Amino acid sequence: MAGRLIDKYMRGMYLPHKWCAGCGNGIILRDVIQAVDNLGLEKRDTIIVSGIGCSSRAVGYLDFDTIHTTHGRAIAFATGIKMARPDMKVIVLTGDGDAAAIGGNHLIHAARRNIDITVVVFNNNIYGMTGGQFSPTTPAGAYASTAPYGSIDPDFDIPALAKAAGATYTARGTAYHVLQTTKLIEAAILHEGFSVVECVSICPTYYGRRNRKGGAVEMMKWQRDNAVPVEQARKIPPAELEGKIVYGGLWRCERPEYTRQYEAIINSALPE
Amino acid sequence: MTERRRMLLQGNEAVVEGALAAGMRFFAGYPITPSTEIAERCALRLPQVGGRFIQMEDELAGIAAVIGASVVGVKAMTATSGPGFSLMQENIGYAALAEIPCVIVDVQRAGPSTGLPTSPSQGDYMQARWGTHGDHPVIVISPSSVQEAYIETIRSFNLSERLRVPVILLMDEIIGHLYEGIELPDADEVEILDRLTKDDPRQAELPYDIVPGELAPRMTPFGQGVFYNITGLIHDDRGFPTSSPEIADRQCRRIMKKIDLNSGQIGRYEELYMEDAGVCVVSFGGAARSAQAAVEAAHRDGYRVGFFRPVTVWPFPEEAFYEICGRVSDVIVAELNYGQMKLEAERIAAGRCRVRHIGKVDGTILGPEEIYKEIQEAAG
Repeated sequence: MAGRLIDKYMRGMYLPHKWCAGCGNGIILRDVIQAVDNLGLEKRDTIIVSGIGCSSRAVGYLDFDTIHTTHGRAIAFATGIKMARPDMKVIVLTGDGDAAAIGGNHLIHAARRNIDITVVVFNNNIYGMTGGQFSPTTPAGAYASTAPYGSIDPDFDIPALAKAAGATYTARGTAYHVLQTTKLIEAAILHEGFSVVECVSICPTYYGRRNRKGGAVEMMKWQRDNAVPVEQARKIPPAELEGKIVYGGLWRCERPEYTRQYEAIINSALPE
Repeated sequence: MTERRRMLLQGNEAVVEGALAAGMRFFAGYPITPSTEIAERCALRLPQVGGRFIQMEDELAGIAAVIGASVVGVKAMTATSGPGFSLMQENIGYAALAEIPCVIVDVQRAGPSTGLPTSPSQGDYMQARWGTHGDHPVIVISPSSVQEAYIETIRSFNLSERLRVPVILLMDEIIGHLYEGIELPDADEVEILDRLTKDDPRQAELPYDIVPGELAPRMTPFGQGVFYNITGLIHDDRGFPTSSPEIADRQCRRIMKKIDLNSGQIGRYEELYMEDAGVCVVSFGGAARSAQAAVEAAHRDGYRVGFFRPVTVWPFPEEAFYEICGRVSDVIVAELNYGQMKLEAERIAAGRCRVRHIGKVDGTILGPEEIYKEIQEAAG
C-alpha cells in the first residue's frame, strides 16, 4: 500500500527522506498522501506549499507542483497562489514554529479571510531543524536547548487559535492515529474555506531525549495512551484533560469563502 | 493614426496604468505613505480587467503573495516605502534565487526608521541593490517623470519576466505624488514581453536546466501538469535542494551573469550637453528634475556643464559613465541622501576626475539654485 503511494505521489529519486530515525513526520506525510489518494485529487489540480523547518522539507519529496518558501510565509505564498488560481487545491504543510511563531500573523489573517486553503501543521513541539529550541507549542515546564531551566512560555493551542481567528474547519490528529488523522485531513481538504489540521508528531531526537520521553516507540505509546477522542473529551472535566491530546474534528462552520467573494467583485467591476 | 490618449496622472497612478498595460493581473500589498495610491488604484482597476487585488496583513505577506501568484504564471507587483521595503527584503532574495519574476515598487521616503513619512528622499539607493542577504541579482530602475514612471514600469515587467529577476522600481515621494500630463501609447506601440517556457514537457520537468545560449531558466507555471519543486535553498535542475559546491557555484554565478551579460539591454540613461562638458552633474529620480534645471541654467549662462541621468540605476550605466569620467574635470552627484550614488560614481571614476557630492537628508528637496552654486564652484 505504502509502496503504491510512493510510486504514485513521491519523487522516488530523492528518497530516502532526511528526517531522523523515529521522527513522526513521515507518518503524517503518508497521511496527507493517503488523504489525497482517497479523495482522488488530480496532481495537476493541487499545489503544495511549505515554509521552513523539518515539516517543510516534506514538499521536496512530493511529485506535485511544490514550493518550499521562506520561514513563516507559507500561508502568505499560498494566499497569492489561491488568489491567482482559485480553481486549484492549495495545501500548506508547515510546522509549529513556522505556523504559530514566525508565521502566526499569516495564520490568523488567512483564517479571518476564510480563504480556501488547507493547512496541515506538523507539530513536533520543538524546533528540530536548528537543534531543539522551544517552540510556541513546547509545553510550559519542558526543557529545550534555549530553555535549559525549563520553559516558562505557555503553549499555543493551534486549532483554538485558528478557530478564534475565523477558521471554518479545525481538527487535531496524531502520528499514532493514522486512520483517524487521514480522515481529518480529507475532511479539511473537502471543506470550502480555511481549514487547519494540527498533527501532533513526535521528535525523539530533540524533544524526547531532552525531556526523558524515551525513544520513538515510547513516545508513540505515550500518544496512544494519552490521546482522547474529542467526543469523549467533551464529557470529561477540563482539569482531567490537562496534558492530554484531544483529537478529532474540533470545529466546523460555514462562512463565505474569500476567492468566491472576490469573483463577485470581478463580475461587478468588469465592463458590461 | 489614432489619437493618443492623454491623461493627467500622479506618478503612483501612472505606475499602476503602466503595470496594467504590461499585463500585471495581481497586486498584494500593505498601505504605507507615500506609496498608498498604488494599492488604492490597483484595488479599483484590477477587477475591471479580471485581475485580483489583495490587501495583506503586512509587507512580508505582500511580497510573499506576489511571488505565489507569479509561480502560477500571473504577472504580479507590490508597492511599498522604506519600512515596508525593509520587511520585504528576505523574499526579494527568495525571488532572486528561485528566479520568480516580480516587480517591487519602492516609493522612497525619508528614513531611517519611521523617519519623515511624507517627505522625499533617495536613501534606499543602496538598499535597493544590497538589501537582501547574500550575493544576488537585481535590477533597479528610477523614473524622473510621470511619463517615465509609466514607460519604465512596463520595462520593469519585461525585464523581470525575461530575465526572471526581481525588478525594483525605485520611485521617490517627488515623482510618486507629482501630477503631470502624460501620453498613453497605443497597445501596438508598446513592447510587452512574456516569460518563456519549454515546449518539450520532459524538458519542462527540469525547470532550472538552462537552454544552451540562454541565462534565464524557462519555467512552466505551476498548475499545468509539469511537476517540479521551487525552493529558496540552492537547488538542482529539478529544483530539489542540494549542498553540492559544484552546483552551488554554477547556480550563484549564473544568476549574477543574467545581469552582467545583459547590461546593455538593461541599462538606460540620458545625457544632456555632454559633448564638450568639463563638469558633469549626475542625478536620478526626483532629484534629477532640479539637477537638470540647474544644468540648463548654467549652460545658458555659458558654463561648460553637462548632465548624466541613469534611468537604470542598478546596474549603473558603467560604460557610458566611465568614458565621461575620462574627459571631465569634475563630476557632481546630486541626490537626496548622505552620499550613496556618489560611492558608485567614485568607483567608476577611479580617481580620474574629482567626484563632488551635494545631498540632503532633511526631508526637503534639492533646489536648482543649490546645484547651480556647486556647478559654479566646480567650474572654478
